[in-house]
Amino acid sequence: MGVLEDFGAWVVYSLIGMSRGDPLAEALDFFIYDTLKIFLLLFFITFFVGILRTYVTPERIRDFLAHRKYGMGNVLAALFGIPTPFCTCSVIPLFMGFIRAGVPLGVTFSFLIASPVINEVAIVMLLGLVGWKITALYIGIGFIIAVVVGFVLGLLHLEDQIEEFVLTSKISTVAENSGKEVLSLSKRASLAFEESKEIIKQVWLYIVAGIGIGAFIHGYVPQDFFLEYAGPQNPFAVPVAVLIGIPLYSNAAGTIPIIQALMAKGMAVGTALVLMMSITALSFPQLLILRKVVKPKLLAILVGILAISFILIGYLFNYLLQ
Amino acid sequence: MIFLNGDVMKIEILGTGCLRCKNLEANVKMAVEKAGKRAEVIKVTDIKEILAYGIMGTPALVIDGKVMAQGRIPSVDEIVKMLD
Repeated sequence: MGVLEDFGAWVVYSLIGMSRGDPLAEALDFFIYDTLKIFLLLFFITFFVGILRTYVTPERIRDFLAHRKYGMGNVLAALFGIPTPFCTCSVIPLFMGFIRAGVPLGVTFSFLIASPVINEVAIVMLLGLVGWKITALYIGIGFIIAVVVGFVLGLLHLEDQIEEFVLTSKISTVAENSGKEVLSLSKRASLAFEESKEIIKQVWLYIVAGIGIGAFIHGYVPQDFFLEYAGPQNPFAVPVAVLIGIPLYSNAAGTIPIIQALMAKGMAVGTALVLMMSITALSFPQLLILRKVVKPKLLAILVGILAISFILIGYLFNYLLQ
Repeated sequence: MIFLNGDVMKIEILGTGCLRCKNLEANVKMAVEKAGKRAEVIKVTDIKEILAYGIMGTPALVIDGKVMAQGRIPSVDEIVKMLD
């Protein structure tokens, strides 16, 4: 990444000719370096995950998870949730496909939680902006939460909270071709390339805007500005972070650069981690869609358990990482 | 393959109206034009109807009753090949 760093500095200080120490120059330097780094990472990671996805299809995961016992089933479901694409619009067919094939409800939820929390765009943003340690922490915590929350939901026996039509509606055609076809490696690579392009097309604007705002904070907001409000000493910071995260889903790509800048200015690591998780796991559009397949009680329990886990995790890491 | 309406192909786009579904629709229209086929493009947005196809991801592309792609957006050229 040294080359990219030099390139950013070269553009700002040599090409444009700004002077060192100028906050605008620093912000611009950050912006160029971060944007280039993120887009390179995003392309490579989405491409390789895309190839992996041609092997790990939702149909195969469904068949593999059907009739698994709680415990191991939750671990496997969360594991498969990691490379699986997440599009809010696929939640309903996925949910129904899983339930109808006999995947237990709690196991299904482990998958549905891990899938958006541990997604490649969030991982790229974290890897590029806050380093591998916090990225690993984020993935680890996300994984454990997906397993535990799914397991707890399983213990509560909420099967009566599934909407009737999910269990009874008729499936007249069986889509047997997609996902089971034998593909050549070059075909897989071209599918992965298309998917990379698609993902970048969807998120690039958010990323550029997010990095732009982050760079502005880096350049202009005083050091330790957020220490008082969002630092480890403020006990309200964690629950507030969880609440703020709920309506922010669509900008997950754009919010991580901003959170990174907030951390640089004093926001506690635990608070930042739960803010990111709340953004990816709990979102209004996703809850509205889930409401179509499960009854309000289950939804309320899910949100409650997730929010409590996030708050506990936030406090724990703020305490441990002080 | 049996065509119900003469030789007009029936192309269905399954999806609840998210951005990805619109992108798929645009690709399908371009592909139909490029391939020079007579085709009827129908958008299926009712969730129960979509689920009847037994798919696990949207948007999905159904050509003459057969699910050709799901959970992804095939490129124009790929759809042209599917139409042949």
